[in-house]
Amino acid sequence: MITRLFSFKGGVKPESHKNESSGTPILTAPLPKRLVIPLRQSIRSTARCLVEPGQKVLKGEHIGEGEGGLGTSVHASTSGTVVEIASYPMAHASGLETLSVVIEPDGEDRWIDHTSLDLRTVSREEALAWLRGCGIVGMGGAGFPTHVKLGGGRGIDTLVINGAECEPWITCDDRLMRERAPDVLSGAMILRELIGAKRVLVGIEDNKPEAIAAMQTAASGLGDDVAVVPVPTLYPAGGEKQLIRVLTGVEIPQGKLGTDFGVQCFNVGTANAVHRAIRFGEPLVSRVVTLTGNVARPGNYEVLLGTQVSELLALAGPKADTDRYIMGGPMMGTELQSLSVPVTKGTNCIIAASPALFPPPPPELPCIRCGACARACPADLQPFELYWFSRAKNFGKAQEYHLFDCIECGCCAFVCPSRIPLVDYYRFAKGEIWARERERQASDQARERFEFRNYRQEREKEEKAAKLAAKAAETRAKLAESGEAPAPPAEAEDPKKALVAAALARAKQQQAAVMPKNTDGLSADVQAEIADIEARREKLNPQDADKAP
Amino acid sequence: MLTAILVMTGIAIVLGTALGYASIRFKVEGDPLVEKIDAILPQTQCGQCGYPGCKPYAQAISNGEADINQCPPGGEEGIRKLADLLGREVKPLSEEHGTEKPKSVARIDEQVCIGCTLCIQACPVDAIVGAAKQMHTVVAPLCTGCELCVAPCPVDCISMVPVAATVETWKWKYPVHELRSAA
Repeated sequence: MITRLFSFKGGVKPESHKNESSGTPILTAPLPKRLVIPLRQSIRSTARCLVEPGQKVLKGEHIGEGEGGLGTSVHASTSGTVVEIASYPMAHASGLETLSVVIEPDGEDRWIDHTSLDLRTVSREEALAWLRGCGIVGMGGAGFPTHVKLGGGRGIDTLVINGAECEPWITCDDRLMRERAPDVLSGAMILRELIGAKRVLVGIEDNKPEAIAAMQTAASGLGDDVAVVPVPTLYPAGGEKQLIRVLTGVEIPQGKLGTDFGVQCFNVGTANAVHRAIRFGEPLVSRVVTLTGNVARPGNYEVLLGTQVSELLALAGPKADTDRYIMGGPMMGTELQSLSVPVTKGTNCIIAASPALFPPPPPELPCIRCGACARACPADLQPFELYWFSRAKNFGKAQEYHLFDCIECGCCAFVCPSRIPLVDYYRFAKGEIWARERERQASDQARERFEFRNYRQEREKEEKAAKLAAKAAETRAKLAESGEAPAPPAEAEDPKKALVAAALARAKQQQAAVMPKNTDGLSADVQAEIADIEARREKLNPQDADKAP
Repeated sequence: MLTAILVMTGIAIVLGTALGYASIRFKVEGDPLVEKIDAILPQTQCGQCGYPGCKPYAQAISNGEADINQCPPGGEEGIRKLADLLGREVKPLSEEHGTEKPKSVARIDEQVCIGCTLCIQACPVDAIVGAAKQMHTVVAPLCTGCELCVAPCPVDCISMVPVAATVETWKWKYPVHELRSAA
């Protein structure tokens, strides 16, 4: 079906170091003493907590509801009691803390009731919602929600299943394919159905002959549209764009996705998780993790999500001269800031590093403009230009040279004769650019709010004045109508003055209206007596005359 | 002679009409320089520069009334950008206008707040919600950290809290590698 393979530009061939951990079967890690399950599974979104301390949970119970478009559900990895909901360090280069659910296992590991989903009876949307509810995300490392990726799939021709596993030391996908090839392919068939792809290509680097053989055996009964293709071992053949290029020849340009060219790519671990979710209704609660490097018993373990790295490492037995630990591979992984971080959905490997295995980086020398990095770059960038611009904090220029197309694979730094940690500069520049973008948005918002506030204050002032004027006019009109008092002169336009005048007139009117009751209906002689008294009073203090009723 | 005068007059009329039309057709609304300066300013609206907001300060810079080093929230980088834009020398932040501080947001101690609304009136970006004799609170994502609400509070219940980095806002540091002497 596939007649020829293509190649991507650049790439490097680091020592693979796969044999250390690929020889032994996947072992199930024992139940840890406690599980720390972060509610934030990726940088993009945090789940809303659904449990409270003291609550009993079963394995696979929903403990966090994904929020936003990129949210996925979070589940309890085993049965037990929620002991606390608190901040714990997360598996991130920053070592920052995030809200996590801490579960103390009861040792029974009892599943919650779950059933399979019959894809024939449900719509595509329901199936995607099911995957979201099972917390399925890409297991190659980035942790992008699978239902979102599938949701964007229209007019897909080719489904690529990524079993390249190009990073040195990591063997979790290798073992998974060797031992669970039918499951992986079953997941691939489900994915194919969901995006309506015509063919499935499983790309596996040719340094994994056992995995290729196992997958080819499993794929033999699935028809001509499913092919397991060995690809040449060249780092980073497992990069999404690189693998698509090698298998289909499609070169995805800047700013486009595979979907735009009818290709979509999923990791073998994701396919396996999709298989478990649809065929058994099992949410994603465990994954295969490679423990390797400077350890006594390197190998692969099926680990419950939330197991702390320190507990996991005890299984492999790190040797005495281990000085640091790397999460992920040596090319793209990050150094762990703390061993209390939990295993998450994207954790594929933990490497114990010793000075003998990973010597400290030699001192950085000046760039000699040799261009080796540009020849090695699989993304067709010019790493030396990016390096200069990032170093000089000339971020606009760095973006012009497509900094954001850099996949941080580390090929440039690997080949650099001056041993410049190029990727560190790119990460720094990317972080700064994002921070500036956030600042710019915040300041735009502040400007808008400030201008609106000024406008509002102006408007309120005007409205107040208009209200006063209207009230004054109304009173004036009323007075003019009753004819009791002369309307204040029209030229007294000051609404406040007019109002005061109107109020005075009103008071006068009221005073006039209120007549003492006992002076009504008097006899003629009493009237005469009153008139007499009034006359005398007027004579005494004439200034009162106009005040008299 | 007459031909020459007629030709020159004709040219003058045609060009004059064209220029006159262009000045109406392509009239620039507002001062583009003020907009450019305003875009660099941090929009804290704090008034530390001595003007009632970022726009008036931008106006003042553009008119040559104010210097470019009067904006503490913009900091050194802001001064550098302004200097770049205006072709002036970079100078240190003027001390009388304040010092550069890490970004903070206001926080109201809700136990102490008496609901006087004075801070609400002081906030330049309407980031405080509340009503008379009701507790007030700061909408932190909208707060610019201008500190204008701190002084009017009669019970001193507003404090400025530095913003801690979260996973979303965390950045990689500038790579610094110690130099080792080559023996």
